[in-house]
Amino acid sequence: MQIFVGLITGIIFSIGLSISGMVNPKKVIGYLDFFGEWDPSLVFVMAGGVMVNLVLFNLILRRKNPLFSEGFSLPTARDIDKRLIWGSALFGIGWGMGGVCPGPGLSNLFTLNPKAIIFCVFLVLGMYLFKIVDEKTKFLK
Amino acid sequence: MAWETYGYPLLGGVIIGLAASLLLLLNGKIFGVTGILAQAIWGKGSERHWRIASIIGLILGSAIVSSFAPQFFEYDFDIPTWLMALAGLFVGFGTRLGSGCTSGHGICGLPRFSPRSLAAVMVFMITGSLTTYILRHILHLN
Repeated sequence: MQIFVGLITGIIFSIGLSISGMVNPKKVIGYLDFFGEWDPSLVFVMAGGVMVNLVLFNLILRRKNPLFSEGFSLPTARDIDKRLIWGSALFGIGWGMGGVCPGPGLSNLFTLNPKAIIFCVFLVLGMYLFKIVDEKTKFLK
Repeated sequence: MAWETYGYPLLGGVIIGLAASLLLLLNGKIFGVTGILAQAIWGKGSERHWRIASIIGLILGSAIVSSFAPQFFEYDFDIPTWLMALAGLFVGFGTRLGSGCTSGHGICGLPRFSPRSLAAVMVFMITGSLTTYILRHILHLN
């Protein structure tokens, strides 16, 4: 059942991404062009998602358990550490370079556009790079 | 014109939120794409299964929209290939180091009033904007 839920929520999420314009790198760069020619439209994507979840998440989390799983798996980390700040900084730089973040990057794969594929390949490569660096050095901990 | 600038983004955002809420209600999990992708590839056993399905769903959903409404996909990846590759590396490394991206920290973290997510969102918005300004207006790369 969890697998089916994964599939369905992935589909719905991607439908949302597609309609929102987040899948379009140029539109995202226009949104990130805050200091230049700003396209504010993507503010509404975040606003829409956050408003919905502000209501629903807090209702859902009043339950003891989710419907098809033993318990809620929520992040437990509390402090704002160097990893969070540096990681977010690096992610933002990459986001500004390509106008693509992981969700839209994967969604764009169906187009078989070589640049979309390249992004995803290097996305996974970057993740793997972090994995091996972190296993050896506990990066910035 | 208003629809394009505000309507579709808002609608899309609402749908994204609904998807995340569904995942939380049904599977009890946070819809953070980077976390889901990482565990789909490197996770153990049954941890991988629903996440692999999720990734497949992400690719399927846009394919579905494209078949009904191709106008949402009429754009170019008008960015040099080497820059897309570099972007991928930074996004991949950064999201793992920072424990999340726009979906995890933004769509899911902010509604939970997570101080970590607020910090993350502010930081990546700022570095994203600065990077865009430099690449777009100074170096004319994208």
